[in-house]
Amino acid sequence: MFVTNREVITAMKIRTFNRHIRESVKSLGRNGWMTFASASAVTVTLLLVGVFFVIMMNLNKVATTIEEDVEIRVHIDVAATEQDQNLLKEKIERIVQVKSVTYSSKEQELENLIASLGEEGEAFKMFEQDNPLNDVFVIKTKDPLDTMKVAKQIEKFEYASKVKYGQGQIEKLFEFLKVSRNVGIALVVGLLFTAMFLISNTIKITIFSRRREIEIMKLVGATSWFIRWPFFLEGLWLGLLGAILPIALIATVYNYAFDFIQPKLEGHFIQVLEFNPFIYQVSGILILMGAFIGIWGSMMSIRKFLKV
Amino acid sequence: MIEMQEVYKKYPNGVTAANGIDVKIKQGEFVYVVGPSGAGKSTFIKMMYREEKPTKGNILINGVNIGRLKGSKVPLLRRNIGVVFQDFKLLPTLTVYENVAFALEVIEEQPKYIKKRVMETLDLVGLKHKARMLPTELSGGEQQRVSIARSIVNSPKVMIADEPTGNLDPDTSWEIMNIFEEINTRGTTIVMATHNKEIVNTIRHRVIAIEGGQIVRDEQRGDYGYEN
Repeated sequence: MFVTNREVITAMKIRTFNRHIRESVKSLGRNGWMTFASASAVTVTLLLVGVFFVIMMNLNKVATTIEEDVEIRVHIDVAATEQDQNLLKEKIERIVQVKSVTYSSKEQELENLIASLGEEGEAFKMFEQDNPLNDVFVIKTKDPLDTMKVAKQIEKFEYASKVKYGQGQIEKLFEFLKVSRNVGIALVVGLLFTAMFLISNTIKITIFSRRREIEIMKLVGATSWFIRWPFFLEGLWLGLLGAILPIALIATVYNYAFDFIQPKLEGHFIQVLEFNPFIYQVSGILILMGAFIGIWGSMMSIRKFLKV
Repeated sequence: MIEMQEVYKKYPNGVTAANGIDVKIKQGEFVYVVGPSGAGKSTFIKMMYREEKPTKGNILINGVNIGRLKGSKVPLLRRNIGVVFQDFKLLPTLTVYENVAFALEVIEEQPKYIKKRVMETLDLVGLKHKARMLPTELSGGEQQRVSIARSIVNSPKVMIADEPTGNLDPDTSWEIMNIFEEINTRGTTIVMATHNKEIVNTIRHRVIAIEGGQIVRDEQRGDYGYEN
């Protein structure tokens, strides 16, 4: 028979794979300017995405630390006996969203207050004999966003004389964090799509100039995958090449920025992400992203020419 | 060997390029396809290597209906058909040797075999000494010889040529025809679309004339039959 199955099924030989690698590297050189243009498109994109990502992740970290700092303070009625207190604690613990309930006696509360006020706190020491404060349950919720709900529930319990969680401000803060996170995600996604479009167009021009090569490969009986492989690899190299500069820049700048910012945050509860492992993670993500958009762009642009 | 049964081809723009073609071409034949421009010669030829699919009818090559061939099998068909064009279709960045070797690399032949076979073929078309040159450094006739070498390097049973002498001066055209004759003598079927009256009338072979998408004449040892 003229057309047989035998040849189609044979797996790709190592020799052939080496050829694809060789060809893809050669073609990077042959199409010098186009390589430069495509890799630059990847570079610009990844730089934008990378910088944005670093800022977003740090904002997120700050937001999380702020959120985690949120707690509910339940003032226990002075009239409550020990038994009443235990009962109240049990009731609070039974609320599903509650992560932990910590007891803090009024003596402890006073100490904390004095400590937090520093020198001015000395004035409060006279209260040590006749402490006007309440015993307190400090409550953390599993999800900070549940704070309001849980607080409202506890308010109804017996012997919970006052429930405080930063009413008013907390709601606004959470709303702000939610909006800024969503806006951030939307921007990153938008940026990525723009990038893919940009890159696939650049590569399309490259490949348009090479449709003759594809045409001839088809003519002499190359299979679609044989034709695709060099382009696939070329896209991969382009993506990886394009990722080098953004990673180097982001790592360098972040290193300096971290050393600059970190001392100023000392003593605050706000934190930024440590260089290690954060920048390694970012680099990994940028490499993957570069590889993905390179390959994707390359594959999208030859699709049209591959139709038999 | 090659057989068309009631083949029709209508393009999406409404042009009918094949209007009921019936033809049989035996192994080892040399066939000229002639006819006015736009008569359907190119479509006739393109359907043989599955560049175009027929709208209706069967095209059998060694018994396989290539009109119904799955896309993934087309490469295997192409490996058994050498195609030569008016514009040579060489890769300008590759040397003469690489252009020819390309056809064997694509089908994953052994490197040793590729080397031997490419040099043999370049020898056949008389270009062994120019193996390291780039196509742009060659004359039109030489470029066409490279293209012929590429089309026959994996010993196809059929060779299809679409106006192979269209861009060449008369002397060079004769050289090319000599190579075709040589290839044909070795048993390869050749189907060649041409406008070259002199060649058709001098080197006599079967002539198929196409007009309006139909075969209007089919003669053994025929003549060109048109005023140029």
